Amino acid sequence: MSKYTIQGATGEWEVVIGLEVHAQVTSNAKLFSGASTAFGAEPNCNVSLVDAAMPGMLPVPNRECIRQAVRTGMAIKAQINKYSRFDRKNYFYADLPQGYQISQLYHPIVGEGQLVIDADEKAGIPEDKVIGIERIHVEQDAGKLMHDQHPTMSYVDLNRSGVALMEIVSRPDMTSPAEAGAYVRKLRSILRYVGSCDGNMEEGSMRADVNVSVRKVGDSELGTRTETKNVNSVRFVQQVVEYEARRQVDVLEDGGTVDQETRLFDPGTGTTRIMRSKEDAHDYRYFPDPDLLPLELEDDFLEECRASLPELPDAKRARYIDELGLTEYNARELTAEVETFARFENLLAATASGIGKPEKDVATQVANWALSVAPGIIKSLGEEANPAHATAEAQASILDMQAKGEISGGQAKEIFEIVLKTGREPEEIAEAEGLKQVSDTGAIEAAIDEILANNEDKVEQYKGGKDKLFGFFVGQTMKAMQGKANPAVVNQILKDKLG
Amino acid sequence: MSVDTKQVAKIASLARIAMSDAECEKMVPELNNILDWVEQLGEVDVTGVEPMTAVIPNTLRMRDDVVNADPKTGGDRREDVLANAPVAEHGFFGVPKVIE
Amino acid sequence: MTDLTQLGIKAIRDGVADGTFTAREVTEAFNAAVAAADPLNAFLVKTPERALEAADAVDARRAKGEDLGKMGGVPIGMKDLFCTQGVETTAASMILGGFTPTYESTVSQNLWDAGATMLGKLNMDQFAMGSSNETSAFGNVISPWRKSDGGNAALAPGGSSGGSSAAIAARLCPAATGTDTGGSIRQPAAFTGISGIKPTYGRCSRWGTIAFASSLDQAGPMARDVTDCAIMLGAMAGFDPKDATSLDLAVPDWEAALSDDLKGKRVGIPREYRMEGTDPQILESWEQGKAWLKDAGAEIVDISLPHTKYALPAYYIIAPAEASSNLARYDGVRYGLRELPEGAGLQDMYAATRAEGFGDEVKRRVMIGTYVLSAGFYDAYYTQAQKVRTLVARDFEQAWDKCDVILAPTCPTASFALGSLDDDPLTMYLNDVFAVPASLAGLPAMSVPCGLNGDGLPLGLQLVGKPFDEQGVLNAGLAIEKRAGFTAQPEKWWS
Ligand SMILES: [Mg+2]
Ligand SMILES: [Zn+2]
Repeated sequence: MSKYTIQGATGEWEVVIGLEVHAQVTSNAKLFSGASTAFGAEPNCNVSLVDAAMPGMLPVPNRECIRQAVRTGMAIKAQINKYSRFDRKNYFYADLPQGYQISQLYHPIVGEGQLVIDADEKAGIPEDKVIGIERIHVEQDAGKLMHDQHPTMSYVDLNRSGVALMEIVSRPDMTSPAEAGAYVRKLRSILRYVGSCDGNMEEGSMRADVNVSVRKVGDSELGTRTETKNVNSVRFVQQVVEYEARRQVDVLEDGGTVDQETRLFDPGTGTTRIMRSKEDAHDYRYFPDPDLLPLELEDDFLEECRASLPELPDAKRARYIDELGLTEYNARELTAEVETFARFENLLAATASGIGKPEKDVATQVANWALSVAPGIIKSLGEEANPAHATAEAQASILDMQAKGEISGGQAKEIFEIVLKTGREPEEIAEAEGLKQVSDTGAIEAAIDEILANNEDKVEQYKGGKDKLFGFFVGQTMKAMQGKANPAVVNQILKDKLG
Repeated sequence: MSVDTKQVAKIASLARIAMSDAECEKMVPELNNILDWVEQLGEVDVTGVEPMTAVIPNTLRMRDDVVNADPKTGGDRREDVLANAPVAEHGFFGVPKVIE
Repeated sequence: MTDLTQLGIKAIRDGVADGTFTAREVTEAFNAAVAAADPLNAFLVKTPERALEAADAVDARRAKGEDLGKMGGVPIGMKDLFCTQGVETTAASMILGGFTPTYESTVSQNLWDAGATMLGKLNMDQFAMGSSNETSAFGNVISPWRKSDGGNAALAPGGSSGGSSAAIAARLCPAATGTDTGGSIRQPAAFTGISGIKPTYGRCSRWGTIAFASSLDQAGPMARDVTDCAIMLGAMAGFDPKDATSLDLAVPDWEAALSDDLKGKRVGIPREYRMEGTDPQILESWEQGKAWLKDAGAEIVDISLPHTKYALPAYYIIAPAEASSNLARYDGVRYGLRELPEGAGLQDMYAATRAEGFGDEVKRRVMIGTYVLSAGFYDAYYTQAQKVRTLVARDFEQAWDKCDVILAPTCPTASFALGSLDDDPLTMYLNDVFAVPASLAGLPAMSVPCGLNGDGLPLGLQLVGKPFDEQGVLNAGLAIEKRAGFTAQPEKWWS
């Protein structure tokens, strides 16, 4: 697929995108106070005197928030700054009780890093692409305004005020809505692997400021950008890019100029509009927060951060391919989400130990089960299935029986259905419901003898070279055994008897 | 550097202090006197000098990630938080309606 | 019976402890003095019942034989910059009109825990911005001192802790809290013939104290003598995990280690403090101070603090810059004044509230601070000032190779008539020219009275010490106090 461009009357335009993602740091308490970060509390209940900026209140940083930012920086292979500072960003707004946001401008905690977005042919990303990350800094979230509760007043809730955010600032390295979407998805995945952000975009745990500019294809200079604030889904990020790119092209082609401005996204219409309240807030008068000393990180602290990092998506994917022998597709699917790989790895370990083989020998079987078989069954059962019954042990024992030839693929599915509905033990189901293959050579041999006796003509033809007839004998045997014969045993006996 | 009435008005707006034209005008010489006087700092050779960050050698201490460990810096005290508010309704602070 | 209001902290504490008098008797005496001193306008809020209640609790503890604490039964005045739970706290500004904290500042809590009791909240320069107490929104504090020429001109008690200095000098309380950002304990102490110490930055927690300039603000005691300062500082100071700049150090027993024997100590005399425009009588008192310290066994050495001249202008960039941001929270949303003109939106409400609520000097400093931080000016002003601050601090560091403590005047003049510097902010700022360098460097510094000038007004001498060496400062102060024999008191004209 070709490059993403916008066709205008005067020529072709390309779009340049940079994202500032605000990710809520996973912590119990706020960045500078001991109030809870829990979502959904009654208004102004998770608010300390510090968060409400009462006179004389002072910030003391939460070590866990700093630790999570450092771990996140390490996960994007970024420079970790052992010396950083908190600065005040001064502006007046009702969701900002201090009259300033404590942030980091001059000396952020995390410097240059990078993130790789995965190739996606269909979306127009022909190969993996490296997106530069300029910095990550730690800052306070603002409170919330409600505009629709009173005819003449807005209501202020400070529950979010002071919650720790990481602002992750990309380079303007993205050139299509798909790349912007892939970036947010990949970043979310990394944050969730690291455990530094829950990635819950509906609850606002992750939201993006989308910087968009356009220029004529071939131009080297960047156009003037707009910043659309607080976009809270991957789809919306893509919509913002599409809408803003088109809008800016139209403005420029009409002979106008794009203003560097802050805009708001309206999910209802998929459009953006200028944000009035931020119009004159351009002089933030940043300066180092005199309530806080420089933040100096010790080697021990950094070592602990590094040691606590899990295997990250790219590394995990490579290992799945190289060591487990999975296909590129399966590896990608299994590593996309924390929950997916966690389920897979549990099931893989349980199955391998149950069967008594190395993981790599059963990985493909487990991957197929985990990616297509099991989800298909769960989906087809709908409400009838209780996913809580789909434990790793239960699934492992099904896969174990299948690998040992005790049950067929079809029986495995039937057993899993019953497990999902009832939570019963797979082995007990197999016994009680007769969902077992017959490996008893006596019974199979008797059945085969009868079939061969009744089909002497076909036996002759087979011996005469008509190999295809082997399938016929297998089919007849399975039918005689009501589908419960172990195919491997059937094959072996047939081969022996037919010579 | 010195300021004129227009700049004083701009500073007053940034600082959110309502000022009439007359008040701005009156403040011009007051601010310029002070600014002229602090200008002498420009005489000081500060080559290679770092700006002051911590006046007494001390490093930034951090807090443990524990909710409400100290009631003085913890949450769950809505009444105290709202006690002095000019307008508080239904657990919220009230402000004139904002149009975003 | 003796006039209990003539007693200081140590005498009251010891007298209550040994049963010479009760805490209630002491409190009643001071409550009466406070009630009779309205012309001084030193108190913004009087809390006589609260003081009595606390005194009774001390007496009850004594009856049970319990420990009464470092300041058991001592009633004090509390500068209105300290948030006091249930007692209106305004920083002498209209913008905090009616604000009643639901919490207690660490410093005041430490004092109550040490057995002190509160007579009331003391007037001050609005948000601690001023050197004469004329910027209070609730009227000037009048110094109890008058010139000996027989005129009745009202004089400045100094500032910003002017309610504190006036109240102590007038024997309305034996001691009071002060805060010092650029001389606000030392200059009013000097103006009123009392002692006051600003400890090393970080000794006293800033939690619950209304901020002026965070990197400079330090609380400290103001009292009648050096011993009382040592006792009260011991009660106020201490590590506080709620203040990220608090020093995690044990509080020494300064009182126990007090000594005016300065043998082996070197006292530095900074040559740059000999400034033009300094009152000759102040220069004389400085010479006298040297002689006293020599007499106490110290060696006098000349030192140089070459960047002294630039300390004050640097201060008048750094302090307003921090203040402009610290005072942004006064917006009419969560506490204090709200001005909402007809049809006003949120931003109009802010501007109207702050226009109405802040006094002229506060506005001036917020404007300066906003300007020096604004786009295009930040480096020229703020960064340059912080570099100069580094040089000022370095001057002191180098001086400590040559001396253990520094002796200097506290201010360039004695108290002046209220209103005399109304139109002259810069001359007013010069009051703190000798005080500000130690503030910029975060060093412990104190003022002790050394005598009266020709007008019969008190003069003070300043001692500046190494970081954490409050003891060295207190001991040198004690050496001067013993030799100066300062006992003068203002004549009681106000009641
Ligand atoms: Mg942004
Ligand atoms: Zn941000």
